[in-house]
Amino acid sequence: MTNHWIDLKNADAILAIGCNPAENHPISMKWIEAAMDQGGKLIAVDPRYTRTASKADYYAQIRPGTDIAFLGGMINYAIQNNLIHEEYVREYTNASFIVNEKFDFEEGMFCAFDDQEKSYDPKAWAYASDAAGNPKRDKSLKDPRCVYQQLKKHYSRYDVDKVCSITGTKKEDYLAVAKAFCSTGRADKAGTILYAMGITQSTHGTQNVRATAMLQMLLGNIGIAGGGVNALRGESNVQGSSDYGLLFHLLPGYLKSPEFDNVDLKAYLEKWTPKTKDAKSANWWGNTPKYTVSLLKAWYGDNATAENGFCYDYLPKRSGNYSFMKLMENMGGGKLEGLVCMGQNPAVGGPDSLKTRDALGKLKWLVTVDLWETETSIFWKRPGVNPKDIQTEVFMLPAASSVEKEGSISNSGRWAQWRYKAVEPVGNAKSDMWIIDKFAKKMKELYAKGGAFPEPITKLAWNYGHGEEPEVHMVAKEINGYFTKDMTIVDKDKTLEFKAGDQVPMFKYLQDDGSTVSGCWIYCGSYTKDGNMMARRDKTDLPNGLGMFPKWSWCWPVNRRIIYNRASVTPDGTPFNPKRAVIAWDGLEKKWKGDVPDGPWPPMNDAKEGKNPFIMVPEGFGRLYALDMKDGPFPEHYEPIESPATNLLSKVQNNPAVKVPKDIVPDAAKFPFVGTTYRMTEHWQAGAMTRSLPWLTELVPDMFVEISETLGRAKGIKNGDMVKVTSQRGSIECVALVTSRLKPFNVQGKQIEQVGLPWHFGYAGAATGDSGNVLTPSVGCANTSIPEFKAFLCNIEKGGKRA
Amino acid sequence: MAVSRRKFLQGGAAAAALALTGGKAEASADSSEMRTKGLKSSTTICPFCAVGCGLVVSTKNGKVVNIEGDTEHPINQGALCSKGSALFQVANNERRLQKVMYRAPGSDKFEEKSWDWAMDKIAQRMKETRDKTFKAKEVNKKDNKEYVVNRTEGMAFLGGAGLDNEECYLWSKFGRAMGVANLEHQARI
Repeated sequence: MTNHWIDLKNADAILAIGCNPAENHPISMKWIEAAMDQGGKLIAVDPRYTRTASKADYYAQIRPGTDIAFLGGMINYAIQNNLIHEEYVREYTNASFIVNEKFDFEEGMFCAFDDQEKSYDPKAWAYASDAAGNPKRDKSLKDPRCVYQQLKKHYSRYDVDKVCSITGTKKEDYLAVAKAFCSTGRADKAGTILYAMGITQSTHGTQNVRATAMLQMLLGNIGIAGGGVNALRGESNVQGSSDYGLLFHLLPGYLKSPEFDNVDLKAYLEKWTPKTKDAKSANWWGNTPKYTVSLLKAWYGDNATAENGFCYDYLPKRSGNYSFMKLMENMGGGKLEGLVCMGQNPAVGGPDSLKTRDALGKLKWLVTVDLWETETSIFWKRPGVNPKDIQTEVFMLPAASSVEKEGSISNSGRWAQWRYKAVEPVGNAKSDMWIIDKFAKKMKELYAKGGAFPEPITKLAWNYGHGEEPEVHMVAKEINGYFTKDMTIVDKDKTLEFKAGDQVPMFKYLQDDGSTVSGCWIYCGSYTKDGNMMARRDKTDLPNGLGMFPKWSWCWPVNRRIIYNRASVTPDGTPFNPKRAVIAWDGLEKKWKGDVPDGPWPPMNDAKEGKNPFIMVPEGFGRLYALDMKDGPFPEHYEPIESPATNLLSKVQNNPAVKVPKDIVPDAAKFPFVGTTYRMTEHWQAGAMTRSLPWLTELVPDMFVEISETLGRAKGIKNGDMVKVTSQRGSIECVALVTSRLKPFNVQGKQIEQVGLPWHFGYAGAATGDSGNVLTPSVGCANTSIPEFKAFLCNIEKGGKRA
Repeated sequence: MAVSRRKFLQGGAAAAALALTGGKAEASADSSEMRTKGLKSSTTICPFCAVGCGLVVSTKNGKVVNIEGDTEHPINQGALCSKGSALFQVANNERRLQKVMYRAPGSDKFEEKSWDWAMDKIAQRMKETRDKTFKAKEVNKKDNKEYVVNRTEGMAFLGGAGLDNEECYLWSKFGRAMGVANLEHQARI
């Protein structure tokens, strides 16, 4: 989230698209309703009439996978009706930047596509530069080659009638939504966009997110209270696990994991440290060397020296894609011997789960660490297989629950909150910390005696006390970081003295010469000389009354509650909306007041020291036009890979930058309905944490499928009947829920029915049922490889026998 | 299950009332004060979705006897959804794993093992796989040059969204030290 949960109360309009907060983040409704009490409007855009829709002022039905058409139409609507926040667009986005002469878009394709490789060369989309190497700009926004004019042209094709014939939305509903939300493109209004997996689980998921961000920039809604682009994250610490780099392409703090041709630290830093020639650009990622070296110091301690590149060689180098789906494919191909699952249940959670379950049987060994038996840990005795045929050795380790250990988790609003240990773990269960520590110590012991390249393990710094498990406060302190030697730092008019071992107060003091350690730079400031900031429970709000609660817990970065907040003020530092001032420049005291500003510099118009507001991109301006997406600088509508409709906007049916596996052959004749998966309040994710809880299984005991009354009639299916749902990948049986909450879509003159499935069920636990993900395809987003769970083709028949 | 319907009603009603009203329970036998009097209490954050609601866990003789919404927490102000209200049944649940279990290749059952035995065996497997599949160098197909990659090809680590930050950090640190490039978690799906 750019903002945070309580900040939802400050919105005049809340657009929930591809998420269902009333169902999946129920307590967020407290703050959505607080906004509504003040006259704020809730807008729900969803394929189904959800619990959120039932509370909304406006509801628009949207066919799964057509979000870019929907949002592109809103971009067009805002521009055509002069509803954009002009000063914001001109001053804070790249609208005025001139695009190089070669850039072109024609018939669904951007320029520079390699048909053999199925990929674009994004360099062809660069800005045009002046003699000094800075991007050329036209602040009148009239140059036909400027981003604004290109954007206007691109989305002029997304007129309301065209959009509605793609999305299946009723025209009057669409116009009501567009009008209500685009009314926030004024300085005194705030609109927020909430999204979740309905936006990301798509072959153009990243472009879906971009479309939300672009709409928000056009309306001047990023950086302000009650605004922002807010991902409603689904797991209690999925924010933290992302922050700590548990993804193949990342190291902690969103540093990139090294690629094979980043041959040494110098080459790595050269590749991943962005540069700018604009003195007004903060270019915050220009600090990459400080954060990388501080991380290597945290990992390799005194062994990491300037002479040996701070042990950079010890890091594995990637060559290609190791994302979840690729990993499952390699596992199925017998390329993996071992797998450790720390509370993840791929046999239910991933797409095409029959294939995943088979793939698990190709492993030599499997370790599961969980509170429960999961479908993954008992895959070898799942229904329909003979355990004798499965040679995988399985270690099922019992883990402590969240109330049986101490540590922090980070919520969707980036608040890191401390949890305490209330009781000892049940039985012989152990915390994940204990288990990881044992793994590390055992490996150190074994590799001390030799093995393949033992140094990355034997030289790893692992000093967390002498207790039964690592002292969690020592780990938290290493994450924050400390000085390795006595230091004197001059910061403007202050001279700061630090002793070796002192905690680093904030990441601007991290160094690239080995004199600081920090395990995750964005958490620098979370554990300082004043103690554990994440454990704070002071409910004093700021005088602005916006609900930031800066002394409650701690949030990254530097306890800034609303990021990009430099865009909430005019270039002179005056809040666009004085009634909801996030920050304001005090010209007399020469300082910012309110939230922690996005950097300490004075306002942008300060000739000497002012900086552009979007400090994380090298040019410093919000990108209406992107330079580094794999599938184009503007989001363009393409159909999901499996779709019953043809693309009405161009001849290019699917995202051209997506590599579709050969075994996916869309067949709308055999599988005529749009399948989509979703979650519900009473269960959670792959189900292990809820399907063994009597209170919850009593509420929702069975797997079910939701269909419309018209589809029910057509197929002779009544509420409560057992049905069989089939896709190209398999069949499941479940109970039919025939409901008026689902309606068919009117698409290109055809009625297209949808089939909605929760994905929480499986064969382990107390309440069992078939898994929705048996049906979903293994094909994903061009940029992130997140699978397209939300739109696939299926069929449904009365009667419960699986195929 | 050990929890009867009667107990379900007794335990759940107050939590449900709180979930509905979001306010403070009235001073009755069901009030928070009465329920938790004389108990040891500590705060926690809900392990389900990422709203980050606060809860108070009350214990007696080393057992969790009550969990309810933290009225002091600025986000949820004491309110909880049905999942958060059911955290008590995560802490007290006969289906929770309590022992280390091992399934041998081709076997049709789990057998109980000690932590020492399992950790030794797992470490052995990890080392065998790392030693066998470690790739120090590889030739890139595009430019035919040899690059140092120092990567363990045959092993994957999954998960983390349910771990604490400090655990995620150590898992990340350990995983990369092991040369694991196949490092992924729930955020990818």
